[in-house]
Amino acid sequence: MTVHRVEVRPKEGIADPRAADVARCAAALGLAPSGVRTAKVYLVESALSPSQLGTLCERLLADPVTEIARPGAAPADARSVVVEVHPLPGVMDPAAQSVRDAVRDLLAVEARVSTGQRFDLTGVSAEDADRFARAALANPVVHRIHLGPYVPDRLPAGTPTPFALRHVPIRDLDDAGLQRLSREGHLFLSLDEMRAIQAEFRRVEREPTDAELETLAQTWSEHCVHKTLKSAIRYRHGREPGSQPDPIRWTSRPGHEVHPDGTVTIDNLLKRTVAAATHELIADGVDWTLSVFKDNSGVVALDDRHAVCIKVETHNHPSALEPYGGSATGAGGCIRDVIGTGLGAKPIANTDVFCVAMPGGWEEGGALRPLPPGCLHPRRVLTDVVAGVRDYGNRMGIPTVAGAVAFDDRYVGNPLVFCGCVGLLPRDLVHGGAHAGDRIIAIGGRTGRDGIHGATFSSAELEEGHADEFSHAVQIGNAIEEKRVLDAILRARDAEGGPLYTAITDCGAGGFSSAVGEMGSRLGAQVELERAPLKYDGLTYTEVWISEAQERMVLAVPPANVPALEHICREEGVELADLGVFGTPNRELVLRFDGHEVGRLSMDFLHEGIPMPRREATWATPRFEPVAEGRGASAPAPPVGAALLDLLGHPTIASKHWIIRQYDHEVQGNTIIKPLVGLMGRGPGSGAVLEPVPGSGLGVALACGLATGVGDPRVGGDTYQMALAAIDECVRNLVCLGADPDRIAILDNFCWPSCAKAQNLASLVRAAEGCYDGAKAYRTPFVSGKDSLNNQLRYKDPRTGEERTIEIPPTLLITGLGIVPDVSRSLTSEAKQPGDAIVLVGPTQDGMGGSIHQAAIRRVPSAIPGVDLALGPRLARAVHGLIRHGLVRSAHDASEGGVLVALAEMLIGGPRGLGAAIDLSRVHADPTVAAFGESPSRYLLEVRARDLPAVERSLAGLPWCVLGFVDESGRLRASADSPHAVDAEVEALAQRWLSPLDW
Amino acid sequence: MPRALVIRAAGTNCDGEMVRAFALAGAEPTVMHLDALCRDPSRIDDFDLLGFPGGFSYGDDVASGRIFAMRVRERLWPALRRAIERSCPMIGACNGFQVMVQVGLLPGPAAGEPWPTDQPPAQTVALTDNIGGRFVDRWVGMVPEASNCVWTRELAEVFRDRPEALQLPVAHGEGRLVVGSARALAALERGHVALRYADNYNGSEGAIAGLCDASGLIFGLMPHPERFLDWNRHPYWTRLSEDARRSDAPGLVMFKSAVEAAARMPV
Repeated sequence: MTVHRVEVRPKEGIADPRAADVARCAAALGLAPSGVRTAKVYLVESALSPSQLGTLCERLLADPVTEIARPGAAPADARSVVVEVHPLPGVMDPAAQSVRDAVRDLLAVEARVSTGQRFDLTGVSAEDADRFARAALANPVVHRIHLGPYVPDRLPAGTPTPFALRHVPIRDLDDAGLQRLSREGHLFLSLDEMRAIQAEFRRVEREPTDAELETLAQTWSEHCVHKTLKSAIRYRHGREPGSQPDPIRWTSRPGHEVHPDGTVTIDNLLKRTVAAATHELIADGVDWTLSVFKDNSGVVALDDRHAVCIKVETHNHPSALEPYGGSATGAGGCIRDVIGTGLGAKPIANTDVFCVAMPGGWEEGGALRPLPPGCLHPRRVLTDVVAGVRDYGNRMGIPTVAGAVAFDDRYVGNPLVFCGCVGLLPRDLVHGGAHAGDRIIAIGGRTGRDGIHGATFSSAELEEGHADEFSHAVQIGNAIEEKRVLDAILRARDAEGGPLYTAITDCGAGGFSSAVGEMGSRLGAQVELERAPLKYDGLTYTEVWISEAQERMVLAVPPANVPALEHICREEGVELADLGVFGTPNRELVLRFDGHEVGRLSMDFLHEGIPMPRREATWATPRFEPVAEGRGASAPAPPVGAALLDLLGHPTIASKHWIIRQYDHEVQGNTIIKPLVGLMGRGPGSGAVLEPVPGSGLGVALACGLATGVGDPRVGGDTYQMALAAIDECVRNLVCLGADPDRIAILDNFCWPSCAKAQNLASLVRAAEGCYDGAKAYRTPFVSGKDSLNNQLRYKDPRTGEERTIEIPPTLLITGLGIVPDVSRSLTSEAKQPGDAIVLVGPTQDGMGGSIHQAAIRRVPSAIPGVDLALGPRLARAVHGLIRHGLVRSAHDASEGGVLVALAEMLIGGPRGLGAAIDLSRVHADPTVAAFGESPSRYLLEVRARDLPAVERSLAGLPWCVLGFVDESGRLRASADSPHAVDAEVEALAQRWLSPLDW
Repeated sequence: MPRALVIRAAGTNCDGEMVRAFALAGAEPTVMHLDALCRDPSRIDDFDLLGFPGGFSYGDDVASGRIFAMRVRERLWPALRRAIERSCPMIGACNGFQVMVQVGLLPGPAAGEPWPTDQPPAQTVALTDNIGGRFVDRWVGMVPEASNCVWTRELAEVFRDRPEALQLPVAHGEGRLVVGSARALAALERGHVALRYADNYNGSEGAIAGLCDASGLIFGLMPHPERFLDWNRHPYWTRLSEDARRSDAPGLVMFKSAVEAAARMPV
């Protein structure tokens, strides 16, 4: 069989924006090619005649108006270097699959296909071209770079391996041996856990098979079982003389025991904090949650017939190694969680939040430093994670509507990628469950060697060599495969007579092992592994069982319904495999391959056997770390006007339009409040509002809260207050969109450095306690959550040879879903009308601690404002009352950057020529605190002047004031001739805010 | 009630909105998979309107809409030809427009020229990478051209004094309209241009957003009229006056106009 090579390139005279993009990118990296040309490369292994090849070029591969397709490899220009990028063998190549199918359709010929890209770079050395390719065009974790046209004799294929049952001796190992087995086998289990496994196999008097050991490692991974959050903890508060009183009241918390020596023991952290808040709220009258913490996502009622579900996942470690594939498969996995909720939900919106290092390069101690070894440049990380979420969400046809990006140097080796998804499902399909005798049906993508050990890898600490060791844990997604699966599932769900299946779940971390293990936990399951369709030959039974290959779902299907499901899958082009049956006599998980038994585990041991040792947490309020160079304490606070410009240009605050505009946030046609608002479409939204059932008038608002600064150990932060602040911010964002504060469900995503360290575990405990207190005070139940607890980078500093660890700052993302009772009352943040009053609701406390101003402009110790749990929820309800009565024209929360930044954003979003004059001293006597302090629970509202008396009546007894009025000056002016003075042209502020991330 | 067929394939993702658009406009919509039509193209004969929805058909692998268009050209031409003869209005939005130009349905033969019988017309227009090199989601003002297009002919009159209301959302990476030669562009300008962008953000020749065939029945555009059926989808509806929202939203005006045209066609 010959491999035919075809190159497709733009015709002479047709603009090539892709080439222009490459040239721009090269220039940003200090390389200035005098010319760039691009071509798509197709490698087709098939017995094609020359005329068939011609047909293929003409009718499929090239556009007759703009492109030209030529077989072979065009010679390069004498001064050009050819760089080609092709996927590594086994890496997902969705275009190749489509071309293979199209070739079959067009020519009735079977072919194997691979695709690549060719770049002709003129005026650069081969060495520079290779460096550039590695930095920007390809990632060696998934790509192979060729300097010159790639013309293989044949495409790589797998080779069958003969069956061999493998046992792993464990019964006679000593502790050191157990630990070695855990690390070298990529199990990442603790010594206690290895001992428990050893004891189990001593009990059953045999050695485990590799499949059994892997099943346990996947099921017991931090990623799957949340063993830190669910464990018992002894918490100690290291009190120092003169330290602040602890805001947490430890007595009278359920499941918390306070001992005479002041230590507290908590029997199960997650159950006693995050989950307890929800259950107590439900007992106290919150009657609109439908499924919490049990399913793949949390479910709440929308109306009598519909429910909405929501899930947020992290995909941090894969995104560190391969940001594009990592974020795309993160999005894809979270979407599958929603599809696999209840008896199937339709995804209706995505969210995304990224935490990355400062885009200009990696700073430490105020100075620019070379990146730690193994780290990708932060700008590339951000560009690629955005592209991954874009390509997956856009292709699936799910609007990506809300999110945030936060920048901090400590995310350099450990970027955080949070992908969220919201689904819509009928209320009577919220619960499912497999029955004994149901077939185990896998549908969707084929199983390959990609994605092996994702669950265990994500539970480990990152080290510099991981790109090589764990490249197989990193994958490229195929969104169209998942879209086909979704189409098939919705048809099977909505079949006449009810769903064709009794339970559904996605194949995520742990692959079949987790999906089947969970669905069959009460029944047992027998799996015939040789029946799984494979991408290529050569997989062992264990690889089939634990592969995390994407785009697969597992369904429990009554045997009588299998033919109907097969019919739907055939029509939708979805592959289906019957892997076995749920229900075994002894509730066991039985694995077979070609008739050989390769594993037999009791479901009890699998799901309940994990030892839960008590963990130690010791809290010492972190000390403020002064900065060695730069932003010192000696310099006075800069004038308010200058600081405003600096803050608007800070990447965390600056406009994210470059990202938002790449996402289709309108697909499905139900996005009512969009992420960018105002006449010019450039005002920052507080989140988004959708109308999931068009025409119903009922809305769903989505927003998030992130208050990492408040808990930042570098500024002496407390993660308890951080959690409260994040909940408060999330609630404010939702209220500003029009959501009812009595119908807000929230989610927690903890991303922490290693909790083996007692201080980090203590900061986790405090954040969880904050979640409990915050959720109860605001009456916002947690409905789902996820944690990622080993986010730190360990490496050897090449300069000093010193072993170093960079811990991320403890990061808690709160995502909220609020019901908007009447979408006609939903509102946006941009200023609208001259003459309107600008009203500040909420009190301003002393202190700049935890603010962006403190992090970026003047790093001096300062008190960190806290959330008032009595007042905050009252303010949210009061503001909602104003909105419901139509008294508010625009609303914006004052959070990152404080009141002045929030006001600037409202004006930037407004029509050109709008301005405002305010009295900043009404906010606070200290100009910096007034302008940029980040006290929680504050709202900026635009109110018609004639409505002020009504507002005054509604807000009686609450802290609020009129700051000033919107005018037509085109300027933002405050407090002339005083230390609070600001006088800035709104358009200049806008340009400062729009430009930093305008990539 | 006129019957509308919405054709989807793997990766189509705007079929739901198009179905709602046809239904609100007074037609009875049906969605069918391209595979089913390829097996039995005569099913197209049952319908009075055809819709090619947006999305990423077949992943937009090779190029946007390419594989969908290749299959339509190879398998459905005779049935589509019959639909043209029956004066069946057709619309393609975004990916559907990309499919229609590659099939050869747009711009179609010049006025007075017949449609070829045994194979579709050669492709003369392309929709390729946006000039900015990346995917863009935004709203853009629409400038309706005086034409006989049954989908757009009412827009100018209905929105005469309300240009801010006449916007449509766009979301694509490959929407730059290219015709290749000045002569071909001049041919398009003779009655085939139905809509232009008020702001030519994607670099299309002639700022062309939508094309129709000589009969005015077959129409395609990069924007998404099916996403703008309700006023509260407008990007700044919270500040539009009651008066600015007095008619149907632009997307619905377009679909109603075509469904009414189909209803008037002799059976």
